[in-house]
Amino acid sequence: MTYAFDFSGFAMYAGMLSRGIAVTLGLTAVSTVAGGLVGVAGAGISIGGPRWARALVAAYVELIRNTPFIVQLFFIFFGLPGLGIHIDEVTAAILAMTVNLGAYATEIVRAGIESIPRGQVQAAMALGLQQRQVFRHVVLPQAIANVFPALLSQVLIVMLGSAVVSQISVPDLTYAANFIQSRNFRSFESYLIITVTYLALSIVLRQVLSRLGAKLFAGRMPRAAAQPRGLLRTLFAWRGARTLPTERS
Amino acid sequence: MVEFTLWDIARNLLLAARWTVLLSLIAFVCGGAVGLVLLAARVSPLPWLRRVVVLYVELFQGTPLLMQLFLAFFGLPLLGVDVSPWVAATVTLTLYTSAYLADIWRGCVEAVPRGQWAAGASLGMTYAQQLRYIVWPQARKIATAPTVGFLVQVVKSTALTSIIGFVELTKTGTMITNAVFRPFPIYGMVALLYFAMCFPLTWYARVLERKARVGQHQ
Repeated sequence: MTYAFDFSGFAMYAGMLSRGIAVTLGLTAVSTVAGGLVGVAGAGISIGGPRWARALVAAYVELIRNTPFIVQLFFIFFGLPGLGIHIDEVTAAILAMTVNLGAYATEIVRAGIESIPRGQVQAAMALGLQQRQVFRHVVLPQAIANVFPALLSQVLIVMLGSAVVSQISVPDLTYAANFIQSRNFRSFESYLIITVTYLALSIVLRQVLSRLGAKLFAGRMPRAAAQPRGLLRTLFAWRGARTLPTERS
Repeated sequence: MVEFTLWDIARNLLLAARWTVLLSLIAFVCGGAVGLVLLAARVSPLPWLRRVVVLYVELFQGTPLLMQLFLAFFGLPLLGVDVSPWVAATVTLTLYTSAYLADIWRGCVEAVPRGQWAAGASLGMTYAQQLRYIVWPQARKIATAPTVGFLVQVVKSTALTSIIGFVELTKTGTMITNAVFRPFPIYGMVALLYFAMCFPLTWYARVLERKARVGQHQ
């Protein structure tokens, strides 16, 4: 191989890179909160709502889960103005990510709610709680604790998927890569640096969120999920590689 | 100026959907083959080999597919390989698919009781024979439903290849939009076409899952 790698000219783009990180994380944070709320509402409706509302939620979930995120994004950003709804690119990105995460979160939270034993609801009713209170204070916290690892993975998928929003010129991390390589023509190096950044972000985010989950749902989560993997352990996966069917005692 | 009717648009999109289907099939078949090799390495008795596969899976699951596509598109030429969007897309999607399938199948193999391996070993089978004749046939039954479910993700992920210039369904939608400027019906149709490809798979995966669950409770 005769290609000489050159990472020398990248220091001047540090500011751009950190702004890209901030935008990517910001988009993820906003759409996680909003998408989580959509998910809880959707799951609540699909369990106890009226028939027509349940059908509506089911249609929404299937439509989103069976189309690519980039098409959803283009539909919102390029298609909605045709209906007279004009939104800027950042709003479009947040909307698309929220709608996308909301559909998956609906399914995940619904599975969590269905995993709660009926006795919990009956016990709460026996204590004189109203249906709304039962859902809010008894069912939901346990349901979310049960499916927290799945929710976490979905948030990470949305974060990685958000690389696409650079296509509608949202200045995220991928946009920074495109910009830098168009300036210094070091395409491979640019994308390599950004890819490693994404990898680091997803490792750190997974750590932070699973620690947060362990704190929020102390004693409620399945044990394996409650222990966040360490940074080095994730990279070199010592523990992951050790759980094996072939290793017989 | 050429006039495009809605039917013209639909016909062009339908024709472009062929490439999405073809790319998905290639990614799935090649990714499945590589995935099987990775699976054998992932559950092998050699710790370093397992670790390599774990690292491989973490790398592909921890970075955006878009970045992987860019790296292949700009990186393969550095190795002296002439790269068209076709090559970059198939190579990347194959590797991406193999990482996910290896991980899914690993879970299925681990769900087979360890006694099965031991029983194979006691019959004098080698590791490869145990996997091939004892464990994999049992794991395959559990693996069918999640594998079909993952196919949906493969089809959806092909949409990203439009960004590196591969002309499939999404790219064709963008090109027609640029020509006739009616994004709402065009992207709506693109979405419906993806839905028409993915929903049967989703539905089938659900049927398989229900069947598998019935078997478990007996």
